Amino acid sequence: MVSLYYRVRRIRLSTIIINIVVWFIAILWLLPFIGLFMVSVRPYSEVVLQGWWTILGGHYTLNNYIQVLTNPMYDLLRGYMNSLTIAIPSTFIPLILAAMIAYGFSRFSFTAKNVLFILILLIMAVPQQTMVIPMFFMLKAMGLLNKLIGLILVHSSWGIAWIAFFMRNYFNMMPREIEEAARVDGAGWATIFFRIVLPVSLPALASAAAIQFTWVWSDFFFALMFIYSPEKMVITQKVVTIKGQFYVDWGLLSAGSILTMLVPLLVYAALQKYYLRGMVGWASGKG
Amino acid sequence: MSTEIKIKKRYLAMFLIPGFILVAIFVIGPIIGTFIISFETPNGFGLSNYYDVITETSPTKALVLLNDMPRPPPWGALIHNLVWTAIHLPATTFLGLLLAYLLRRVYGRSIVKSIMFIGMVIPMVVGGLIIRFMFDKYIGIVPNLCGLIGLTGLDKTWTSYPDTALIALIIGSIWLWTGFSLTIHAAAIDSLPKTYIEAAKIDGASDWQIFWKIIVPSVRAATLTVIVMTMLWDLKIFDIVYAATKGGPGGASTVLAFVMWLYFALDLAYGKAAAVAVILTLLTLIPAAIYIRQVMKRG
Repeated sequence: MVSLYYRVRRIRLSTIIINIVVWFIAILWLLPFIGLFMVSVRPYSEVVLQGWWTILGGHYTLNNYIQVLTNPMYDLLRGYMNSLTIAIPSTFIPLILAAMIAYGFSRFSFTAKNVLFILILLIMAVPQQTMVIPMFFMLKAMGLLNKLIGLILVHSSWGIAWIAFFMRNYFNMMPREIEEAARVDGAGWATIFFRIVLPVSLPALASAAAIQFTWVWSDFFFALMFIYSPEKMVITQKVVTIKGQFYVDWGLLSAGSILTMLVPLLVYAALQKYYLRGMVGWASGKG
Repeated sequence: MSTEIKIKKRYLAMFLIPGFILVAIFVIGPIIGTFIISFETPNGFGLSNYYDVITETSPTKALVLLNDMPRPPPWGALIHNLVWTAIHLPATTFLGLLLAYLLRRVYGRSIVKSIMFIGMVIPMVVGGLIIRFMFDKYIGIVPNLCGLIGLTGLDKTWTSYPDTALIALIIGSIWLWTGFSLTIHAAAIDSLPKTYIEAAKIDGASDWQIFWKIIVPSVRAATLTVIVMTMLWDLKIFDIVYAATKGGPGGASTVLAFVMWLYFALDLAYGKAAAVAVILTLLTLIPAAIYIRQVMKRG
């Protein structure tokens, strides 16, 4: 009895310590975002003297946000529109093409299957840097350099490999009875795929879409390589060019940063379950 | 029978060809192109681009710069990538695994998980800007804390000095990436049978013993995945560097991907840029090979 009593007490004490330590780390991890937010809603001239951690007695304003969105020097609103124009088609084009490839991989057997599969895995691993130089000249030759449609083409092609891998794992785990029943009823492959398989795969498609959208939105390197006119630049390009007139104005820069990460954060908040599944699936190959 | 095979073949082609056409033209083609360009020199095909980029001694573009050691960076982009990996990989992998284990006993664990995961969701460019912000002399919390506890040498804008720029970026990248290790490990630990840990507890094993003797070995596959993906991420690092330091000051925080971009965008030296890209690609093939073997084994 006595030993059991001590045991319960010991465990509870360690639980308390663990809670304190883990929550301390979590707050530490959150601190940069709190700081960023505080700086974004206060005049920078005030923050630079007092520090953003002096919460009381300061002035609060949305001026930084209004400035970065509407001032033609920063023009984040344009960046927003460009990023959306690119990210939406760059999510759905590879999604459908990759789902078709994945279905072919999952339901058919053919000679080059293993080779093509390894090719897909290799593409997933190599960096963007591996393909941008020839891509630059190809887009130039096609007249698509510095065009949003060129960047959509790049992102769509680049996204196919990982989505095909992700969807293939999902299809491999999906029961085939319904498809077989439909085939007995005389349905063709295309009907089965578009009418039966795709609708049941909505959760996996949502996972892939959430992640592909976030990645395209967050991309900086492709945009930096292929887009150079200020009016075509995407949000990630716009935000790094924000400066004050005479010095780095962190009020503007933090407001811009928050606006830039807002969209991925909203996608994550809305589709958290799918997002995490997609992340685990992308990394470890579990559908 | 043979007509059925023919029909099957036609449908297989219908499923594969549209996607693979895009991949062939806009991914595989350019990858092969990069290799070819890297061998193109003014005097025909050769290895001189590789020779030039490897022996380059200007600090902003050098790959290896280890004369007069020990001294603060610049050590060359390749060395920076390696140092980055040597610190960032064990730190995030272990911290994520440990937190994933401890989280089971934490109140509000899903909130903690979400907080740690934010770094994975935000654009890395923003991550780089926040790193600059956190290490800013006037409004950054790190230099101000250092000043407060008397570390006067560190009471400065870390990203503006060669001795602190690289380490500031590495610390920042730990902050950004630990959520990945935590998420993958937490998923693996959640899928372990509950009886596993309960049985060990009844046998009188301490929490620490359970962690090392049971958790760590049983989530080995997840840990390997985290290690491989983190290595790939460390090699590809670009956005953070661009946004926080532009590789500076004086090349003290430059990385391979950034050097490749410098050759391309500033020098218009496409052959050299391609050579750096190929070196970077070959390095990623090491973790890639481990990853492919793991996936193929699982089927």
